[in-house]
Amino acid sequence: MATLENGGLPAPLEKPYRPPIVAPGHTTASVTDKISEVVLQRTPKWWFFGFAASFSLLMVFLVSVTWLFVKGVGIWGVNWPIGWGFAIICFVWWIGIGHAGTLISAILLLLRQEWRTSINRFAEAMTLFAVACAGLYPVLHLGRPWLFYWLLPYPNTMNLWPQFRSPLIWDVFAVSTYATVSALFWYVGLVPDLATLRDRSSNRLAKVIYGFGAMGWRGSAAHWHNYETAYLLLAGLATPLVLSVHTVVSFDFAIGIVPGWHATIFPPYFVAGAIYAGFAMVLTLAIPLRHLFKLEDFITTRHLQNMGKVMLATGMIVVYGYMTELFFAWYSGNVYEMFMAWNRIFGPYRFHWYTLILCNAVVPQLLWLRRIRTSPLWLFAISMVVSVGMWLERFIIVITSLHRDFLPGSWGMYHGTIWDWGTFIGTIGLFLTLFFLFIRFLPTISIFEMRTIVPGSHGGEYTEVPR
Amino acid sequence: MSALQHPARRPPIYGLMAEFRSSDDLIAASHRIYEAGYRRVDAFTPYPIEEVSEALGHHRSKLPGIVLGGGLLGGLGGYFLQYWSQVLVYPMNIGGRPVHSWPAFIVPTFECTILGAALAAVFGMFFLNGLPQPYHPVFNVPRFAMASRDRYFLVVEARDPKFDPDETRRLLTGLNASEVSEVEH
Repeated sequence: MATLENGGLPAPLEKPYRPPIVAPGHTTASVTDKISEVVLQRTPKWWFFGFAASFSLLMVFLVSVTWLFVKGVGIWGVNWPIGWGFAIICFVWWIGIGHAGTLISAILLLLRQEWRTSINRFAEAMTLFAVACAGLYPVLHLGRPWLFYWLLPYPNTMNLWPQFRSPLIWDVFAVSTYATVSALFWYVGLVPDLATLRDRSSNRLAKVIYGFGAMGWRGSAAHWHNYETAYLLLAGLATPLVLSVHTVVSFDFAIGIVPGWHATIFPPYFVAGAIYAGFAMVLTLAIPLRHLFKLEDFITTRHLQNMGKVMLATGMIVVYGYMTELFFAWYSGNVYEMFMAWNRIFGPYRFHWYTLILCNAVVPQLLWLRRIRTSPLWLFAISMVVSVGMWLERFIIVITSLHRDFLPGSWGMYHGTIWDWGTFIGTIGLFLTLFFLFIRFLPTISIFEMRTIVPGSHGGEYTEVPR
Repeated sequence: MSALQHPARRPPIYGLMAEFRSSDDLIAASHRIYEAGYRRVDAFTPYPIEEVSEALGHHRSKLPGIVLGGGLLGGLGGYFLQYWSQVLVYPMNIGGRPVHSWPAFIVPTFECTILGAALAAVFGMFFLNGLPQPYHPVFNVPRFAMASRDRYFLVVEARDPKFDPDETRRLLTGLNASEVSEVEH
């Protein structure tokens, strides 16, 4: 047998060919120069236009919130029976988007998916900014937002403590922990890159500011040793954390005895939806970013294709969730559950539901085609569609369950007012403004991790043999 | 630390710095310098190279222990906070259900565990690495700026008992270093 040539052992398995993660010809020096140049060069013109547009949207947010503070939540469309309107829809939407960043930075690191290296930095930034937008909503929804700290357990003269049996308090803990850990993870990843910028910028002020951020990082072998341990441990901690966050968000619904909410499918279905929406947002950001900063060497077609695959897979889980919901409604034999399902498909919000199915279940099927997965334009368009679909999904979950529950006497309808839309568009402005500042002042791709994956470097465990 | 020593007992320079063009040269040099008996040695690389850390004798990080401690502290603290507030000082009787409703306390306990462990990981790492450190002598060598690009450096401190300005320099030059320079304090 031919295997005997190998000392009796079976021949080693041939690895399937994969396109490289970094375009050929790059070295540790060239990735350093190319990525830091993006930050250290003169501000490109398009940046000012983009920033100005985002900043204008941020002003819409400030106006909406100011009016909210003056008049109260009555300016929103919320009223009985629908107390959770845009505020909760957008909260879930934003926090879901954040999940892809942690998935890329932590879970794909542990799974040794090297291609994550090119996208983890800005995906983590996206997480932070999305969580910032999400966190605003429950606070604004409080009615008296200035008393938000009542949610936190602290000794006070009223002798009151938060109700720890409520999923809403679990949410406070989950989201604030998530925000903190994401920020720490992001900053730890930035430290060596800030040192690179400190060493490479010629501007004295920039040197000082990046130097502060780098905290005297000098790339010592002893430091890297602890650093790598910390980074892996953080990834290990962030992995269960990110799964717990959307699980807890889904508890906000699932713990309530409302038809359409009280379902065990909610946690996994929410987590899959979060990753689905998040990858759509990563693609929405990555595709223009790689084009405008000419980073096609690092964010290659392979990256886009992989993200398309993740989107397709998680999208199918979400579709499975929709089917399971309908099955649960039928199998429960419960008249209210069955009515809820009927009402979603044939009730007054049916067009929302049809659009949701079109956006989340039908259109992403295009991703089965390789030609679509490798086309930035198609991927960008599909990502937009998925973002809309995921927003509608939360709309359906929040609104259709509440607007017709048990007693027909307490049925009602809900529509967002101009202030609801203003706040929502405003948070998009906040998100984009923060993102524009980020891509201008910080390296959008992790430089030191890119150095480990260029051919010929000693990245140790991360190195894949170049083919 | 060396800056605080008495000037008379302080070596005239901080140490010798060798520059390498490839990571392979640095890995080989790290092994050789450690085998030659030098212990106050540090390498500086643009990205983590496990072989170098191991060659210089960094085998186990203390960090996992710190993280475990942080996680335990966070978890126990989180559970205690809930037990104390919900059972001891502010018990609420809701339909006669038990006040010590531990399943409901799991989620915040879990989140506090992660928070404590993550804070311990980050601040523990900075603490073990002695960061932030505003000043370090290696930055006195202008070429050291390349350590964050594509050059690899090895520094032997003058405090090392085996250190001898000429002998050590000869050893470093023989290790395929492209340049050997003195590091001022």
